[in-house]
Amino acid sequence: MTIKLEQHIDPQLIPVLEKVHDPEIPVLSIMDMGVVRSAQYHDDVVEVKITPTYSGCPAMDVIGDDIVNAFKAINVKAKVSLVLSPAWTTDWITPKGRQALEKYGVAAPLNEEADKAALLGNKRIVKCTNCGSSNTKLVSQFGSTACKALFQCEDCLEPFDYFKCLK
Amino acid sequence: MKNENKIQYIYGIADNALILGQRLSELCGHGPSLETDIATTNMALDLLGQTRSYYQYVAQLSGEEKTEDDIAFLRTERQYKNVLLVEQPNVHFGYVITRQFLYDVFHLLLLQELQNSNDEMLSAIAKKAIKEVSYHQRFSSDWIKRLGDGTDESREKVQEAVNDLWKFTDELFHMTDDDKIAVESGIGVDVTTLKDKYHQIVKEILEEATLMVPEVKWFQKGGKQGVHSEHMGYLLADLQYMQRTYPNMKW
Ligand SMILES: [Zn+2]
Repeated sequence: MTIKLEQHIDPQLIPVLEKVHDPEIPVLSIMDMGVVRSAQYHDDVVEVKITPTYSGCPAMDVIGDDIVNAFKAINVKAKVSLVLSPAWTTDWITPKGRQALEKYGVAAPLNEEADKAALLGNKRIVKCTNCGSSNTKLVSQFGSTACKALFQCEDCLEPFDYFKCLK
Repeated sequence: MKNENKIQYIYGIADNALILGQRLSELCGHGPSLETDIATTNMALDLLGQTRSYYQYVAQLSGEEKTEDDIAFLRTERQYKNVLLVEQPNVHFGYVITRQFLYDVFHLLLLQELQNSNDEMLSAIAKKAIKEVSYHQRFSSDWIKRLGDGTDESREKVQEAVNDLWKFTDELFHMTDDDKIAVESGIGVDVTTLKDKYHQIVKEILEEATLMVPEVKWFQKGGKQGVHSEHMGYLLADLQYMQRTYPNMKW
């Protein structure tokens, strides 16, 4: 495993990478998630480096296989490796990705300070993805996956996931 | 620094994550409430993810045809270098939270230093893990306060757990020979320097939780040398069963 500091993606590879989605949040492409750190041709082989959202994220193995298959479909051989540094942050989720999350019913991460207030201070600031109300309460600091917490709207009663800020 | 020393040094960190992760995994489907069940298993997942990063690195360093699975599942009890604290059983929820809290505070202090390691990989793993462990510490501290400053029963139970587990906390700051070599070569953390800060943080939270800080003068040790408590054998039997019964099985 090597450590690469800058994100370097060959633009012609982006359309293929955009076809690969996070298996747990299928509306989000891996490009929108910001987990692709580099993608380059080395001779005839595309080498892709991805970084995990959380150390134990079980989606990473699937994402690796899906990338290989997406390139296979256009007769290109791809090799995927995992890099840990720099560590992924929710700041790398693109604006398009944030929109997709909200539409899917997952509230997008707030900034660090607001996130703390929502998760620890019981501040009602996370917007309900169903009705837009901020009258929401924390149900559980952990949600369906390590990256999410569970909230419920007190106006429309919708329970929903909130994507925690990771810095 | 020889690879063998480095590997032993990494076991001293990674085995804690594996064994605590295994203990928390035991609660999957058995947590006292849905939320705490999800929380403990999510923390287990973080810890096991960190373990994988460390073991993959060890596999690479060992130069043999070893995999992360061999390292996790095929060592004998004496070869695990985790501290005694993390192998202690899930007696009750207050006990689980206390064990978690006493380890989280140490774990975060350790990682904050390990990120400055001159070993690129250890530094990268630490930087990643810090984000996760900060959240664990928030969670366990929060629960210590809720239980300590809760009902008479919850306070009594969590105080008992603190009194019981306290004797395992001193081992966190012991240095093995491999630790010393790792510190000398700039890849490791001198854990003795974390002790004061650890006690300060733990004390603050226990006091806020209206709990007493135990005044124990006798501490138990051995885990770092591979000499474990009576609970470890059962834990390993559970952990290793599949890989030993169906050698080379894959998920
Ligand atoms: Zn609503």
